[in-house]
Formats: sequence, structure tokens, C-alpha cells
Amino acid sequence: MNQIIDIRGLHKTYHRGGERIAVLDDIDLSVKDGGYLALMGPSGSGKTTLLNMIGGLDVPTKGSVNVCGVNIAELKGRALASWRAQNIGFVFQFYNLMDVLSAQRNVELPLLLTKLSKKERQKRALTALDIVGLANRAKHKPSELSGGQLQRVAIARALVADQRILVCDEPTGDLDRASANQILELMEILNTSHNKTIIMVTHDPEAARHAHECLHLDKGRLRAEADA
Amino acid sequence: MSYFGFLFANLGRKKVRTWLTFLSIVVCFLLFGLLRTVGGMFSGPVSLAGADRLVVSPKYSMVTDPLPVSHTNALRALAGVDGAAHADWFGGNYLDFGLAFPTIPVKPREYFNVYSEFRIAEDELETFENTRTGAVASRGTAERFGWQIGDTIPIVGNIYPKEDGSLLWEFELVGLYDRPNSTAGNFEDFYIHYDYFDEARQHSKGMVGWIMVKVENPDEAALLASEIDALFANSGNPTRTMTENEYNAQFAKQLGDIGMVVNMILTAVFFSILLLVANTMIQSFRERLGDLGVLKALGFSDGRVARMVLYESLVLNVGGAAVGIGLSYALLIGVEPMLANFGAVELTSANLIAGLTIAALLGLLVGAIPAIRAASLPIVDVLRARG
Repeated sequence: MNQIIDIRGLHKTYHRGGERIAVLDDIDLSVKDGGYLALMGPSGSGKTTLLNMIGGLDVPTKGSVNVCGVNIAELKGRALASWRAQNIGFVFQFYNLMDVLSAQRNVELPLLLTKLSKKERQKRALTALDIVGLANRAKHKPSELSGGQLQRVAIARALVADQRILVCDEPTGDLDRASANQILELMEILNTSHNKTIIMVTHDPEAARHAHECLHLDKGRLRAEADA
Repeated sequence: MSYFGFLFANLGRKKVRTWLTFLSIVVCFLLFGLLRTVGGMFSGPVSLAGADRLVVSPKYSMVTDPLPVSHTNALRALAGVDGAAHADWFGGNYLDFGLAFPTIPVKPREYFNVYSEFRIAEDELETFENTRTGAVASRGTAERFGWQIGDTIPIVGNIYPKEDGSLLWEFELVGLYDRPNSTAGNFEDFYIHYDYFDEARQHSKGMVGWIMVKVENPDEAALLASEIDALFANSGNPTRTMTENEYNAQFAKQLGDIGMVVNMILTAVFFSILLLVANTMIQSFRERLGDLGVLKALGFSDGRVARMVLYESLVLNVGGAAVGIGLSYALLIGVEPMLANFGAVELTSANLIAGLTIAALLGLLVGAIPAIRAASLPIVDVLRARG
């Protein structure tokens, strides 16, 4: 299987009040196409920063971040935004849905960046909602949905443009156990049946157990599960 | 959902606030439409014809110090005077049109001699002279109201009641005149017979509002004006004389001043609205920082997010302006009869284009700051703040 993510010598440093803070320190990481990786670690260990690097939301201080065959460290502005739209689906802990839009319209958002017709966009959004089991809630606004349903809508939005990688930041962090399990089962289906590569940051060992591989970050450095 | 559907959905986020902002802009451009049109009427072209005529008016006030009719004969006796004709301001409302045209009591033959460029058929002028309740109107005014010669024109006076206290004056239309190069639009005089007017009115008998003097040599008009004022300087009714050009220019300047005041009011209103809309837009933008960050994460480029913010501002401003100007047009149609005496009441395409252009510029201006900030939003920071 091909490597869909290949990170080499990644450093990320912030400067705060004259102080230099190394958030990620010489990270090497490879994920195969169709892989399912869980990233764990204490708060401030750099998990979300690494996730942001993979998702093209943040740029490294040093090193290369090859995702879907592109060194995104070299992409900027519009090209980076366009790359993100085509390749990455984001799932956030607090869903980040637009309150003013229905579930279907929230899912349609990434398709506004494509050349698809309005009818085709609607059709795809409904299909994505069907995949996550929420076709019957298409017209509901976020305020009318439960936490688990909101996360399903967010997942539908993350896969509607057929993105290859789902980048999930604590996707079950705001859910009760039952809802969290449903979301984790859904993600597993997306991984196995729809061949989505999933990178998930989590504090939840139960969630991490669904992944094929679990890596721990501590003080900006990666350690394999066995070392953790 | 279309791109604009998303844009309107965002505008509907705080419906009450959006509507209030929209209504502010509507009111602003309603004022714009009304004031520009009315201001345009006050600063429109005024005929400067008649360099060979002098206007002799009361030194202090036409209302409180009218001139005695005898001044007219004294003026005729002056060397260099080719003719003199007095006139007065009758006022009065025609049917439901209000002050639809100026009604001026004149001595027919004398007046048309002084205004020799006005064309009237000799037989109609003679009939006017011999018909005490007669009146002549410009052809344009007659066409405007569908008058035919022989019609009775009722006018309700608001300055001069009749001796019996009645305010209803009725005049028989006996002739039509044409004026060359007319620039007055609807504001063309309706002449009535002075003798009948003076005899029938309750007060101010034997007085006139002003006297037009036709000079033999226009080059000596200024000198003659000084002589006229000197002639009446020690009388109970001193005069102020100027050439018709000066008189019109002064009138135009006063009207121009009104236009300036209108523009100043507009500027103040716009500035207030600008601050209000800018404040609302920035407040709305702040509340949506998280959403904008999410859009960028989903692949919306900096430019696209900035354009979205800018379009919202443009839709709000240009939409409000279009509604406001449309309403002003509807209102102007309603009040047209009341303003008709100042000239043609119309919302010109130039005003319409100016209004929409200003609205677009306003939209760009108030949307610019949020749009620039939206473009430069660091996604990671915004998402971190959102949780």
C-alpha cells in the first residue's frame, strides 16, 4: 500500500514573549493509504499541531510534510486552500457547523468550491448524510440535533467532496459513551468500506483502540504505543 | 444551496439586527432620492434672458412694502425707458394641485410689450385686454392641465381674498402664449387682468409687487437702475433696481444655496449611516470569526472568504439603496403636484446611478475592514479560540 502521508524531520517552533517554544521536534511519520492512526498524548504535547500540519492548516518551521503526494510545506494561500478542499476532511471536537444552515446545507458547504451543479451538490450532500445515517434529518438545523447527530453531520461534511483523508481532532471528546461508540463505529466503516485514511487525535483509549496504529506524542516527540 | 443562498443565510443570522441595518440604509437612500430631486429643482437652470430689462422691486420687502402702481408711470417718463409694466404675486391653489403655477396680475398690453419675445395672437391679446376676468396661460401649462380657450379656471387665493371675503377666484382662459427657449418646465406664469384683480381684492389696492422696465440701450441699464433708485430714494416706497440678469442670478444663487444645504444634510446623514453600518458589520464579523475560520479550514481561500464578507456588505447596502430610492420615487410621484411650481419633479437616471454608486462605495468601504481581517485570519488561532 502506498504512503499517503510521509513526514520527515518536522519541526515546529513558536515564539512567545521572546521565548522559543518547540512544539514538534524532529517528527518522522508515515501513514499508508487507507490507514487509521490514533495520536495520543498529554495536553500541550503537540498532537493538534501535528494534526494541523497534516491537514495543511499550519506550516512547519522545518521539514517536509508530504500528503497525497504533495509537499504541502511548499504550498501557500489559494493553492493550499484548494489542496485542503480536495484532500482533507476535518472533524472537530465541537463539530463547527454553521448554526444558520440546515444539516444538508452544512454538508453542501465544501461542494460550493466545486463546479458541481446545485442539483448535484444537493444529491451528494444527501448521499453523505445517508452514509452517516442522517438522511431523515437533512432539513434540521444544528440546534435541533443531538451531539452525536451533530458529529455525524460534521463527518458527512468531511467526506462529501470525496476527500481521501479524514483529520479528526477529538471527535468523541464532547459525546457520551454511547454516542462516542456510534461515531467510532461509523469512522471504522468509513475506513474499511470507503477506504478513508483517518488520523485521529484523542485522549480516549477506547477510541484509540479502533485505530490500526496508535502513536504517542510527548513534549513534541513521537513514541510508538509500546513505548508509551 | 447556492453561493448567494449561503450569503443570505449569513445575513439572516441576526435577523432583527440585519433588518434594522437594512432599514437604516433604506431611510438614508429614501432621503437621498428625495433631497437630490428637490435639491436638483432648486439648482436647475434659470433663464437669464432679458439683459435689456430692469426689475424694480421694493427696497426692503415685496410682502410688507409693495410699490404703488403710480411708480410705473413715473418710470415710463424717464429718459432711456422703452416701456414699463407692473406685476404682482397672486399665489393661490389650483384644484388639488396646490400652487401649480405662478399667477401674476398684469396689464395685458403693457406686460406683453415689455416681454416682446413672448408670442401671443393679437386677437387673443385684445380679448385679454377687454375681458376683465380674462387670463392667458402658457401653451405648456394649458396642455399640462388639458385647458381649452373658453374654460373657466378656478383658483383659491391664499394672499388676496375678494372684497366679499371669498377666496375663490374664477378666470376665463382667453388666450395662450408661447415663450421662446423656455427652461422653466412647469413653472410658467398664468397671467390675469390687473384691473379686475385690483378692484376685486380686499386689501393692498393700488399696489404692485414689482415693475419691469424695458430699457432702450442695454449698455446703459446699470446707470438707469441707479437713476431709478435715486428717483424713489426719498419716497415712502424706495426701490431696489437691478438688471433682470442680476435678479435671476441672485435668485439662482439663493436656490443654489438651498442645494448646498441639501448636500450638507446628505453628507451628514451618510456619515452617520456609514458609522452605523460599519459598526454593525464589524460586530457581525466578530461574532462569526469562528465560522470564517472553519470555512477556511474547509478550503475556502482567503480571497473567497474576504469576498464573501464584502458581498454581504454590498448586498445590504445596494439592496437598501435600491429600495430607498424606489420608495423616494413613489413618494415623489405622490407629492409632485405640491412641488410642480418649482419645476419638473423627476428622479433622474443620473441621481439613480449616483445613489447606487454611492451605495456600492459605502458597501465596499464598510465591508473593507472586516473583509481584510477575514482574509488574514490565522485558521489555527481561530479554531483554537473556538475550541
